[in-house]
Amino acid sequence: MKRGTLKSRLAPVALLAGLLLALPGAPLRAAELDAEQQARYQTLINELRCLVCQNQTIADSNAPLAADLRQQVETQIRAGRSDAEIKRYLTDRYGDFVLYRPPFKAKTWLLWGGPFVVLLIALGVALRFVRARRAAPAATAVDAAALRQVLADEAGDDARRPPENRS
Amino acid sequence: MIPELGHFALVAALLVALLQVALPAFGVWRRDRRLMAVASSAAQTQFLLILFAYLCLSWAFVTRDWSVAYVAANSHSDLPLAYRISAVWGAHEGSMLLWVLMLSGWAAAVSVFNRRLPPDLAATTLAVLGAVGVGFLLFILLTSNPFERSFPVPADGRDLNPLLQDPGLVIHPPMLYMGYVGFSVAFAFALAALISGRLDAAWARWTRPWTTTAWLFLTCGITLGSWWAYNELGWGGWWFWDPVENASFMPWLVGTALIHSLAVTEKRGQLKAWTVLLAILAFALSLLGTFLVRSGVLVSVHAFATDPARGVFILTFLAIVLGIAFTLYAWRAPKFVSQADFALFSREGLLLLNNVFLVVAAFAVLLGTLYPLLAEALNLGKVSVGPPYFNAVFLPLTAPLAVLVGLAAAVGWKRAKPAEVWKRVRVPAALAVVAGLALPWALGHRTLLAAIAGGMLAIWVLLTAAQEIGRRVLAKRDRVQGLLQVPRAVWGMTLAHAGLGIWVLGVSFVSLYSVEKDVRLGPGQAAELSGYAFRFDGVEGRAGPNYDADHGRVEVSRGGRVIAELEPEKRRYRASGQVMTESAVDHNALRDLYVALGEPIDKARADGDWALRLYYKPMMRLVWWGGFIMALGGLIAASDRRYRLAQARETVAVRAEALA
Amino acid sequence: MRLRYLVPALVLIGLVVLFAVGLRHDPREVPSPLIGKPAPAFSLAVLGAPQQTYTLADLKGRPVLVNFFASWCAACRVEHPFLMQLAAQGVEIVGVDYKDTDADGADWLARHGNPYRTVIADPQGAMGLDWGVYGAPETFVLDTAGTIVYKQIGPLSEAVWRERVAPLLQGAKP
Repeated sequence: MKRGTLKSRLAPVALLAGLLLALPGAPLRAAELDAEQQARYQTLINELRCLVCQNQTIADSNAPLAADLRQQVETQIRAGRSDAEIKRYLTDRYGDFVLYRPPFKAKTWLLWGGPFVVLLIALGVALRFVRARRAAPAATAVDAAALRQVLADEAGDDARRPPENRS
Repeated sequence: MIPELGHFALVAALLVALLQVALPAFGVWRRDRRLMAVASSAAQTQFLLILFAYLCLSWAFVTRDWSVAYVAANSHSDLPLAYRISAVWGAHEGSMLLWVLMLSGWAAAVSVFNRRLPPDLAATTLAVLGAVGVGFLLFILLTSNPFERSFPVPADGRDLNPLLQDPGLVIHPPMLYMGYVGFSVAFAFALAALISGRLDAAWARWTRPWTTTAWLFLTCGITLGSWWAYNELGWGGWWFWDPVENASFMPWLVGTALIHSLAVTEKRGQLKAWTVLLAILAFALSLLGTFLVRSGVLVSVHAFATDPARGVFILTFLAIVLGIAFTLYAWRAPKFVSQADFALFSREGLLLLNNVFLVVAAFAVLLGTLYPLLAEALNLGKVSVGPPYFNAVFLPLTAPLAVLVGLAAAVGWKRAKPAEVWKRVRVPAALAVVAGLALPWALGHRTLLAAIAGGMLAIWVLLTAAQEIGRRVLAKRDRVQGLLQVPRAVWGMTLAHAGLGIWVLGVSFVSLYSVEKDVRLGPGQAAELSGYAFRFDGVEGRAGPNYDADHGRVEVSRGGRVIAELEPEKRRYRASGQVMTESAVDHNALRDLYVALGEPIDKARADGDWALRLYYKPMMRLVWWGGFIMALGGLIAASDRRYRLAQARETVAVRAEALA
Repeated sequence: MRLRYLVPALVLIGLVVLFAVGLRHDPREVPSPLIGKPAPAFSLAVLGAPQQTYTLADLKGRPVLVNFFASWCAACRVEHPFLMQLAAQGVEIVGVDYKDTDADGADWLARHGNPYRTVIADPQGAMGLDWGVYGAPETFVLDTAGTIVYKQIGPLSEAVWRERVAPLLQGAKP
């Protein structure tokens, strides 16, 4: 029931946000920022989540709230705040949920570290698998060498020339 | 009447699907050939019944039968015919019908093409596909019936979501579903192998073309989806790492790994248990994607209207199907262990590494997609995981793959001498380094380390792919003969790898060198972006079949020379009142120029200033070309002679002798 | 040794449990980080009386509901009758007319009734931003010290009031 009411409340907002893909007027003024500020502005608005939208950055969304947040980001950049300060300003109000780049802390170490830990484990398992199957084949190695010799003989003159001249 | 017939056909299809499971299973148990043979006719009957149901729903759409609730919700009397036909899969219920249609289509295809499989294997495979069909048919009949009537009958429909009224979206979902569902065949083969306990080179040879075909559809589907989002959403993005995109990307990554491990299983008889696991996983991730998209557990841009009952059903079904599959795996897979020689520095060794990176990359995508859910379940609070995370994690996990692709092509099966391999790769490696350094400079971009690295990898992949063909041709005395004798499987592999190279090049450059600008322009005013002048020539009103549009004109010129006349639109769909941005793009191989129309600055005056968004996107096309070339490679590889019937007959004959 | 073949099955069990839990949550709901913290300061004009300002200090001293609403907000209409009912029971509600014009807001209240002790005009959504509002209606429950003890996203209802809000106010009153 709670779910239904929330959705009906958000429905008009979501329509505005997700479907009326109108472009916002707000970033227009951002053109007045200098190049370095402009770059920071673009990076920031592409890493911040529009809270009322389905799954969009405030750069992509046309929801009024997204426009407000873009405005905030721009104003604060102009006022000389650092990226960290601006993000802090937003997380104080909306929580870590606004950050599309989750901060590295206790509750996200699994997220950031997980893939690389799993990669190490997977590489370890693969190497062990290979090592377990490497010990026996002294005979096959000889066979392979012999085979190469035979093949080389068969291939004729071309193959017997020194390799440097071959290609 | 016709919708009821469709509904009835679905019920009949469910009964047939039940027979398709029960009779062959009993037949396999009693070694009764005639019961096993029921599987084929059941699969074909099931397909025809579902096709009939599908046509009934299409008929309701074509004839604008608003008494069918699903039709009324997703169509409108002004909707053009082409979109009325594609509207069948425009929302949840109809897209599930398309899904089961494809599932039964794949099963019917297996029954037709694999007549020469050992009968018990064929029967088991079809029974597994039948069981999957039972689940999805039940799902449709119990929770998502597209034939439900609504009274009183509305005067007109509520219209198809305007986002879906686009040619890209007409073909994107069918392609995507063909891919998702296609992995069910590899899954069924894997279960058949586990049940029978037999898994040999012939099994791998039967499974390979099915897997490759499913993969090529998925590749096309994902590429089309990306192309659609780029044109239709108006944000100039082509990949958002949205849960729905990830849901299609994870099976793709695992499916790609499966294609490569199947090669090892066929050629060397190794990694058998691993191959079976991947075949199960690829389909498991397809099911998982269905669950994520349709249950509403995650927030996504393109989520379907969700209903917790559907979520519970799919979750239960997923738990049962995969529970059985993984239990069978735990029980039977240890039998498949092979102790033969396996060297790391060999083609199979490098393919093993390829699998490690692909599967870990899929894991990373899974972790990022599910982490918000995990965090909430563990009471860690709300987190968002978005593009910055995925890009940061995905890149280091996949860059080694590009290196491996080129290397593996130069390394033979069984065992390779580093010195010989070095002799083969040093030229392409050197060329790649030079070209990578030169590319940004030659194209007039500033030099970025990441772009150089991306360029190097791309050129390396392309050159080593070409070298593979070259080596085969040069090995023959008669070069023309040599070229003709290159098997399709090799052409397919080469093309797919070349597609990857082109894709890497496109992705590197478009992500690093794109420029975007939001501008405010009045008629006659121009803005400059990356050396191009965009002159806004105003907006005029235009009426489409079911929408009214503000039709803008923007003339793009460079150095006084006119390059393109772009016509972006803002459409307001009459029935729903929704507004859509139709971007306009001028493109060539080297760059896209993209214009999207925003809002009039003064809402009351359409002839005044407008907000416009302009993009310059270098090498954007290569991203999609790369995708389609990969798919084309898959198509050519899947059509290789040795997978065809004549060959299959031979191998079966050989097997029969061996068994006798 | 054979145990590793069980890994996929175990992972599956974990995932199914996770999803079963996940199906009970609404992924769209964002809990406020402000719960348990003092309400953010503000200073805004009273609706219909632009010369009169209302500040955080005016909210302290007794438990109070701060309700963000707007004339453009459809769900606020749904919530409105319940707010009228609460006001009739003597619950103090302060309204914030969020991102709305004064005329539209006043007109809306005239038409549907005014349950608010005071209505603050927040035409730019500045207060809303500081309070972490992301839509309307949203309702904050403040205790006597001006600390936010609860935030309702979406319409207040009889059930929400009974189960979540009333117990908190009971605790806050003495």
